[in-house]
Amino acid sequence: MGMKSDKTLIVKGKRLDGRGAEDMRPIKITAGVIKQADGSCEVQFGETKVIAAVYGPKKVLPRRYEESTRAYLKVYYFMAAFATSERNRPGPSRRSTEISKVIKESLANAVDLDKYPQTEISVYIEVTNANAGTRTAAINAASVALVDAGIEMRDIVTSVAAGKVEGQVILDLMQDEDNFGQADLPVAILPRTNEISLIQMDGDMTPDEVKKAFGMCIKACQKIAKLQREAIVNKYKQEGGNNDE
Amino acid sequence: MNSKEDVSLRKYIASLLKKNLREGGRKPFEYRNIKIETDVLSQANGSARVKFGDAEVFVGVKVGLGSPFPDTPNDGVLMVNGELSPLASEDFETGPPSPRSIEVSRVIDRAIRESGTIDTSKLCIEPGEKVWMVFVDVYPLNEDGNLFDAGLLGAIAALKTARMPAFDKKTGKVDYRTLTKEKVPLSEEPVMCTFWKLDGEIFVDATRRENKVADCRLSIGLNKKGNVCAMQKGGEGTFTDTEVFELVKKAQSLSKDLRKHF
Repeated sequence: MGMKSDKTLIVKGKRLDGRGAEDMRPIKITAGVIKQADGSCEVQFGETKVIAAVYGPKKVLPRRYEESTRAYLKVYYFMAAFATSERNRPGPSRRSTEISKVIKESLANAVDLDKYPQTEISVYIEVTNANAGTRTAAINAASVALVDAGIEMRDIVTSVAAGKVEGQVILDLMQDEDNFGQADLPVAILPRTNEISLIQMDGDMTPDEVKKAFGMCIKACQKIAKLQREAIVNKYKQEGGNNDE
Repeated sequence: MNSKEDVSLRKYIASLLKKNLREGGRKPFEYRNIKIETDVLSQANGSARVKFGDAEVFVGVKVGLGSPFPDTPNDGVLMVNGELSPLASEDFETGPPSPRSIEVSRVIDRAIRESGTIDTSKLCIEPGEKVWMVFVDVYPLNEDGNLFDAGLLGAIAALKTARMPAFDKKTGKVDYRTLTKEKVPLSEEPVMCTFWKLDGEIFVDATRRENKVADCRLSIGLNKKGNVCAMQKGGEGTFTDTEVFELVKKAQSLSKDLRKHF
């Protein structure tokens, strides 16, 4: 961010890919993509592709993380070696460590951890193709994967980012908008109550712009939440073979 | 937050907050007594020692030569690191950096970087080859909560006093022992206000005890104009949107007082 772009990012109210300020990229959510896992999900936001897998509840490893009154939620966010324009060294980085931490904190409140004392619920997320908005896509994928694994939850956590480009507040930034824009503000909510479980931001925004960005994100999250629910329903329609329709 | 002690500490702090009170006699939106000393270390290019009550943080700035990142050949490099040494708290351990120390480093780093505090274009010596690198290292000496606000305040105070080392253009060598009068080029001074939430009650400048049992926190970084330049939520609890907007306003007024300490 903060770099100067040689191209204009918004022309006559239209963004580089033809979207308006409040449009999201095409979204595709598929539950149950990894048979080995207890729950899994793939999420695409335009070119951004993320896969999440959930294993558990199972034995806590290492043992010292065991909690007597609730489950230990383990979250790892990774960027695949081939996910970025230049090869990315696989494995944890400072960036992925921080993102894993904020994703975990955004999910923990929605998962009924008290139901599974002395166990571990692990969420592994791999970004397979990065084009901005990977942490928000990761949260969407992780919460569907948790539901797919049959983990009891208060709500499905839903996430999207807003930002500022050429003085305008816009939704769901793509790579160029993220790199050359003036601000980026990822948000996650619990859509039943609109409680906010993830807030990050960097750049330059007036308080009114912050307000506008939150409004856009919350509205968009309601739409994403519907797609998340559909993904789960679709999986079980196909699996069950007992089609009511 | 597992132990029985933590559960009762949480109850106690919550009961005080419900009565608009806190340990140490502060009000919910009152900072502890803040003290800043600058230029306290002679080997560093710039330094500051910040106290928020008993919480104490050392920040040192070192300037050195290096090569630029390939995607920004005309810009100098800024690096911020939080070093949570075990001497400062029983919660800190030796070994590779913990997620917590990485978060502290990265949040302070973003607040400085994305607000454009350092004019990195002025730190270029030879495009694509040689640039100045500015390292900001934040060391808590006595951990008593609110590392974000104290760390950033210290970082900016230290940067404001930082001076460039002597550089011989002919030989291309740096004399690290001689500091010139030239300062590190700064164009912004971000300040951070962090709010904690415990059982629905919101307060600022948490101590170690309060931080340990709180549900969540929200850090809001503000630039000189009063615009938001950084935000970070931490902890498993949640905020409502109205709370966030109110806290942005609150941060605007609190940040004015924090700026008086520069």
